[in-house]
Amino acid sequence: MTQATATSIPPATLAPAPRANVWRSILDTLTIPVLAIFTALVASGLIIAFTAPTVLELLPTFFQQPGVVLGTMWNTVITAYLALFQGAFGDWGAILQAVQTWSSTGDATELWRALRDPFESLVAATPYIFTGLAVAVGFKGGLFNIGVEGQLFAGAIASAWLGFAIDGLPWFIHLPLALFGGIAAGAVWAGIAGLLKATRGVNEVINTIMLNYIMFLLTDWLLSDGGPLRGSAGAPRTPEIYPTAYLPRLLPDPVRFHWGFFLAIGAVFFVYWFLWKTTIGFEVRTVGASPTAAKYAGIAVGRVIVLTMALSGSLAGLGGANELLGLNHYMVAAFSPGYGFDAIALALLGKSNPFGVLASALLFGALRNGATRMQSVASVPVDIISVMQAMIIAFIAAPEIVRWIYRLRAPAQQEREVFARGWGG
Amino acid sequence: MPPILELRGITKRFPGVLANDHIDLTLNQGEIHALLGENGAGKSTLMNVLYGLYHPDEGEILIRDKPAHITGPRDAIAQGIGMVHQHFMLIPVFTVTENVMLGDESITNGVVLDRKKVAQEIRDLSVRYGLEVNPDLYIKDLSVGIQQRVEIIKLLYRKADILILDEPTAVLTPQEADDLFQVLRNLKAQGNSIIFITHKLREVLELADRITVLRLGKVVGSADPKSTNSAELARMMVGRSVILSVDKAPAQPKEVVLKVEHLTVRDPRAGDAVNDISFEVRAGEVLGIAGVQGNGQTELAQALTGLRAVESGRVTILGHDTTHATPRQLFELDVAHVPEDRQQDGLVLSFPVEDNLVLNEYYRPPFAQGISLNFKEIERAAAERLKEYDIRTPSIFVKTANLSGGNQQKVIVAREFTGPIKLLIASQPTRGLDVGSIEYIHNRIIEKRDAGTAVLLISNELDEIMSLSDRIAVMYKGRIIDTVNAAEATKEALGLLMAGVQQDAAHAPEISPELKTEMQDEIA
Ligand SMILES: Nc1ncnc2c1ncn2[C@@H]1O[C@H](COP(=O)(O)OP(=O)(O)OP(=O)(O)O)[C@@H](O)[C@H]1O
Ligand SMILES: [Mg+2]
Repeated sequence: MTQATATSIPPATLAPAPRANVWRSILDTLTIPVLAIFTALVASGLIIAFTAPTVLELLPTFFQQPGVVLGTMWNTVITAYLALFQGAFGDWGAILQAVQTWSSTGDATELWRALRDPFESLVAATPYIFTGLAVAVGFKGGLFNIGVEGQLFAGAIASAWLGFAIDGLPWFIHLPLALFGGIAAGAVWAGIAGLLKATRGVNEVINTIMLNYIMFLLTDWLLSDGGPLRGSAGAPRTPEIYPTAYLPRLLPDPVRFHWGFFLAIGAVFFVYWFLWKTTIGFEVRTVGASPTAAKYAGIAVGRVIVLTMALSGSLAGLGGANELLGLNHYMVAAFSPGYGFDAIALALLGKSNPFGVLASALLFGALRNGATRMQSVASVPVDIISVMQAMIIAFIAAPEIVRWIYRLRAPAQQEREVFARGWGG
Repeated sequence: MPPILELRGITKRFPGVLANDHIDLTLNQGEIHALLGENGAGKSTLMNVLYGLYHPDEGEILIRDKPAHITGPRDAIAQGIGMVHQHFMLIPVFTVTENVMLGDESITNGVVLDRKKVAQEIRDLSVRYGLEVNPDLYIKDLSVGIQQRVEIIKLLYRKADILILDEPTAVLTPQEADDLFQVLRNLKAQGNSIIFITHKLREVLELADRITVLRLGKVVGSADPKSTNSAELARMMVGRSVILSVDKAPAQPKEVVLKVEHLTVRDPRAGDAVNDISFEVRAGEVLGIAGVQGNGQTELAQALTGLRAVESGRVTILGHDTTHATPRQLFELDVAHVPEDRQQDGLVLSFPVEDNLVLNEYYRPPFAQGISLNFKEIERAAAERLKEYDIRTPSIFVKTANLSGGNQQKVIVAREFTGPIKLLIASQPTRGLDVGSIEYIHNRIIEKRDAGTAVLLISNELDEIMSLSDRIAVMYKGRIIDTVNAAEATKEALGLLMAGVQQDAAHAPEISPELKTEMQDEIA
């Protein structure tokens, strides 16, 4: 009935209808990322095949024995990817065996050892979730926060200091205190950039980059010989925090899985609720989508910019605190392999949607973690994972390539967006 | 002679909408074909299909009697089809020449782009079709009318001989529109064929050789401009008879709502955009601001609504000093504002229709409790407004960008007209609307007036100003050069005032001697 004319459908019939075609749109949203990941896996496989020393050795003899060469290539890729997946999701053969040992002997050491890998993927994903959310919140508010790495550092340092400098608190005070210290430090550090933008019009990309440098150098100084936060150990690091500030682990050694993961999941839901269910979130999204319309609508654009930056920074800061209180228990400059920078890619991959960020973070965590095993078992360099991540991002950013490879047609919605402007529509 | 272009059975569906339903249309060589229809009838969609921006679900396109496979604008251009969208696709920081070359950078003198050669070609085209434009100027320094010329030159430069213009006159001043018509007649005389979309029936009757009317995605008829009239066309479009004039009782002005004293607004580029203006609007009356676009009306509206800083002077609304008030403070004083640029200020295009229907009210009950949004209320109010203002969309969850141009405008009007408003500042409130919707909006404005709202109406449409206003102030070069009683105003007298001609010198003691000589120069 509704198909018959272009008339408006009376609102009465609208009410029971759910938000138009949720499943359809979810499917549409997922097509490109899934194909992008698949394509990146295939392409990285080719790179692995053509760069493995065993293959390179054989390559000159390709025309004499093509079968052997292709076979070697195939084996190399399969070994590498098998190791990658076992590293990421666990070696299920080993796990089953460990379960048997445990049920027959009651000795669970083997079991926990076998379960370490899959849980380690979650541990690796946790900082990605926080930092990815931080970038995503910025994007939603129309801000490009490149300073997430610096804010992560700020959070880690603050929580480290609160963790080791205060003794004698019960854990239920010490831990929240250290966490909030991290949140506040990140919020302040990012808030500076927001304030500069709102009051002086300084571009946030530039000033967050500058704030990154300041934070990195500040960290070096704090941890340097004779620096204020330097611990007694010979290395440039802080003292260990008191166990009362630890984010507790949930499973026996060597599994490092800790409460931080659930904090991260909580942050995902919080960000979703904040952005889509609150008036302030509405303001953030309006400023992000159209600052001019936001001003017209009576929104205090400057204040929203500061707030968005602060929220973004607080998520990054919490990420830093999480790493510190959950894993390292002391601050070293090398505690982050660049989570704050990978987070930009991750937020793009997740389309700045908190649940999209969660999914991408889990993927990145799994890949990072699996890569370690891939390197040790198949001697494929970990860097291939960076190549793979880069390709995923490139395909997501340029969906036309993916559509072209798989001969997909652009969905009608998107058709429209390109040019749906102007009075005439 | 076979038609140069033929559309056969074109059908285009969007989720929940059949935008084009088996449309047949022919275009003959050397004719101007007007496409008419209500907001949302499917005109833009059909043209976008023709230009390759949409893929039709059914139907075929024949060009010069041969089936054409158009999968994108590139194919369309190759077949000689060119389109001017309502909002121009020009790059402001590039020159005219660079914009014309854009996308076709084939002309080089060895290695670098040969701007000189292209500029020369632009000059040739200018002369040939009367499209005066300086190729070396930057787009951002050109008026809307001139920018549109650049768009047309772009098409001619690409050798298009089938030209599509989607509501080209919506943002033009009457003078600019007349210039455009002259250009179109020249183009036609030299053998080009033109499809022209508009809501202004007068233009259609004046310019078109043939008229096709769409309604609800279907062709409902065609007409010959020589043997039809506005009323008949309006009836064909809307499906009922439309009263083209506004019926209103004499105003009963009450207390002063808006008081503006010696207001000056500065534009960083152009000096004083609004220069020492004073006026009042009372409850229950409509004050119309007439004037050629670019004489300070835009800046005046922005200053009054908190979107632009006031340089000096004083604005009072219902006794509150609002000279430096924010948009939110004004909203709290029950001031409504229909902004001139609907896509820039009035709407967040990427948001669903429901959000835009409460864009300035989301923060207070019933739409919010504390900081949490009440979606039930938002949806209820949105559905109500949708119905009341006949906004054509399959649902309130559709992205606003997907609405037709006129329906986007209705979203703003629906939002701003709801609730108890004491002052309504409306800039071009009916821009892009069909005759039926204009009738409706005009009646609502008068209804508001009669209910005691003070209305400040700014419009380029002299007809609109004359039929709605009780008093008319004419702006020229940032000043109000005269205020006349609408009942006594004539088009001719207003036209002269808009050109800066002061009939009764005693009326305007404020005009400086320089300004006077300037004006006299202009008359001479
Ligand atoms: N992507 C889309 N999703 C849903 N509906 C759409 C989409 N694109 C267009 N429509 C609908 O198709 C119909 C025709 O729109 P179109 O823009 O062609 O109208 P129009 O005749 O140009 O109207 P106007 O005079 O207001 O510009 C409208 O109801 C519009 O809402
Ligand atoms: Mg249109």
